[in-house]
Order: sequence, then structure tokens, then C-alpha cells
Amino acid sequence: MSTKTLIGAAYLASAVTAALATGAAAAPLSEAEVKAAMDAGMEKCYGVALAGQNDCAAGPGTTCQGTSTVDYQGNAWKFVAGGTCETMELPGDRMGSPEALDRDIPS
Amino acid sequence: MAELVVSMAKRRLGGLAYAAAFTPPLLDPEVEEPGLIAGPNGKAAKKRYNVYRNNVTVSLINALADTFPATQRIVGEEFFRAMARIHVRQSPPASPLLFEYGRGFADFIEGFEHARALPYLADVARMERVWLDAYHAADAAPLKPDALASIPPERLGQATFAAHPAARVVRSRFPAVTIFALNRQDGPVGRLETAEPEDGLVTRPQLEVFVRRLPPGGAVFLESLMAGKPLGKAVAVALEDDERFDPAANIAGMLEAGAFTAVAVSEGGRR
Repeated sequence: MSTKTLIGAAYLASAVTAALATGAAAAPLSEAEVKAAMDAGMEKCYGVALAGQNDCAAGPGTTCQGTSTVDYQGNAWKFVAGGTCETMELPGDRMGSPEALDRDIPS
Repeated sequence: MAELVVSMAKRRLGGLAYAAAFTPPLLDPEVEEPGLIAGPNGKAAKKRYNVYRNNVTVSLINALADTFPATQRIVGEEFFRAMARIHVRQSPPASPLLFEYGRGFADFIEGFEHARALPYLADVARMERVWLDAYHAADAAPLKPDALASIPPERLGQATFAAHPAARVVRSRFPAVTIFALNRQDGPVGRLETAEPEDGLVTRPQLEVFVRRLPPGGAVFLESLMAGKPLGKAVAVALEDDERFDPAANIAGMLEAGAFTAVAVSEGGRR
């Protein structure tokens, strides 16, 4: 596979130098610093870390697996979205709209 | 919990053969319960068998709900559990480790007709599965910037990187990182400010998993490096993918995120 773009050594060296000079890049950010960056918003591309929270951080099969509840039946179930997709309005199109969900139900 | 009274059949069948007969109807309510089980006095044990059906199905649906909380929050609990039940019955786990379960769930969602109106849903699920993989990945110390600084400038183009065990790139045609983040925090989910495609980088440099949005060309750049391509090649490929690609910002970003553990310059590499 040939690459059209040729990257010169000087170009790369200056990029790495600039990268290493960037802020606190000399040391990994502490958890607290990353959190602060996260709280600051999502404006800064790449610099913002989002920690995905999870009530059951270690996932299923670990310590917080719940006990079973009765949920066996349910073959004839209508699909109606009842979550945040109704509150998310995406600009430009209607990806957040739950209405179309009814449309796809086979009769 | 009700105990199944197992008839003489169990003693005639070996343990594996017994399991092979007992298991298939567990995930398919249309299949009749196995004939080798019976209640007291030889009565039918359908209700008792259904207890097992229920526990298996519910525990697997719960496993998916635990692994995919944002996906569940987006569609609501009822929709999610109904969708998960179909997946559980089609694709039961291959491993006894429940935290491994759900690797096929995002692909299933992508083809699930009732989720078609939410085309971003599969990518959010993909990110959640990767999040848990990163959580359980091996610990490793991220690459220190000094290691990169010590490479002679003229050899940087041949530098190759070892990917961190927890590092993953997730690409999306939708703002999947933002939707993921909004739905994994406790606060209300409001209007989205973006409809732009978003690629994500998932890392766990220490104990906590982080998800970052990647800048233009960043996903191609990191995927190239993770595949073992040298730095010069990865920069070139990223620039071809997106002319806005900024090498300095991306190198700084990958160091900050902890996406790699080591850097090496092969001896006698092509200039």
C-alpha cells in the first residue's frame, strides 16, 4: 500500500516537540485533574475526558449482580421508547424522536 | 427456591447428557420442557422448570442492563428489556463469565427493526461494551512522554508504539460519544448541541475508564499506530483521511490519554 503523503523528518520532529511542550503532557494527568478538565465542558477537542459512570462498575457477574425478578413472559410486547431519546433533540434531523418507533412495528 | 425432583432418568444419563437435554428449552419457551424431569409422584414439572427458564433469562437480561446502562436509559427500561430478551434467546453466552457477555449486542441492535429510528443506538452500545472491556483489561503503565523525547528527531518517522491493553477506538457516524456521556451521568439529558460524527478513544491509564472524543483524523491515526504502523506512516494516513489532522495535538492527546505503553525504533528501518 503506497502512501501519497510523504512526511518529512523535520515536520514530524516539530510536531513531537510541540506535543511534548503542550501543557502538562510531561506527566500523566491525575484523576482529579482529568475530572476538572471534564467538568470544564466539552469545548476542547481531545483534551476532555469523559468518565462513563456505571452503577455497577465492574459489570455483571461480579459483586453487584441483582437477584432475579419475575420477567419471564413478554412475547407480545409493544416497543415504545420511554427513555431519554425523547428528550434529546438533535439539531438538523430528528434522531431523537421516538415517534418513528411505533411505525416499524409489524402488524 | 423450588427444587426439581429429578426422576430416575438422571441416574441413567451422565451429567453432560443430562445437561444437554435440560438446557435447550431454557431459552426457548416454545420448546417443551425436557421429559426427563418430573415432580413428586411422577407429575409434570412444567411450572418448576419455568422457574429455571425465568432465572436464566432474567439474569442474562440483567447482565445486559448492567453492561449497557446508557443504552437502556435512551430507550427506557421496558423497551430495553424486551429487546434484550430477544437477543438473549438468539445469542446465549458462550462464556460462563457474565462480564464477557454482550459482545454481539451492538450488532444485534443495528439490525433490530424497532430500533431503526435510533440509528446511533448501536454505536452507544458499542462504546459501552468497549468501556467494560477497558475496565477489565490488564493494568499497564502508560507511555511516559520522556520516552518519546529521547528518540532522535530523524528517526521519529520509524517509531512504533505498543497499544495499552485497555485502549480502544470506537468510530461513529453519529455523536455517539456525547450521547454516551450524557446518558452515563446522573443529571438530566437535555438538547444535544451536535449532530457531528464522533470517534471515541477509550482508555484506562490507572483505575478509572475514560472516554474521549477524537479530533479529525484521530481515529485513523490511532488505529494505524495500534496496528503497529510507524509514526510517519500513521501521520500520513491520518492526513489523507482528514486534512484538518493536527499531528502535535494528536500526539499530545494520545500521551495524555494513556493509549500506549511503549515506543520503539527498529534498527535499520527504511529512511
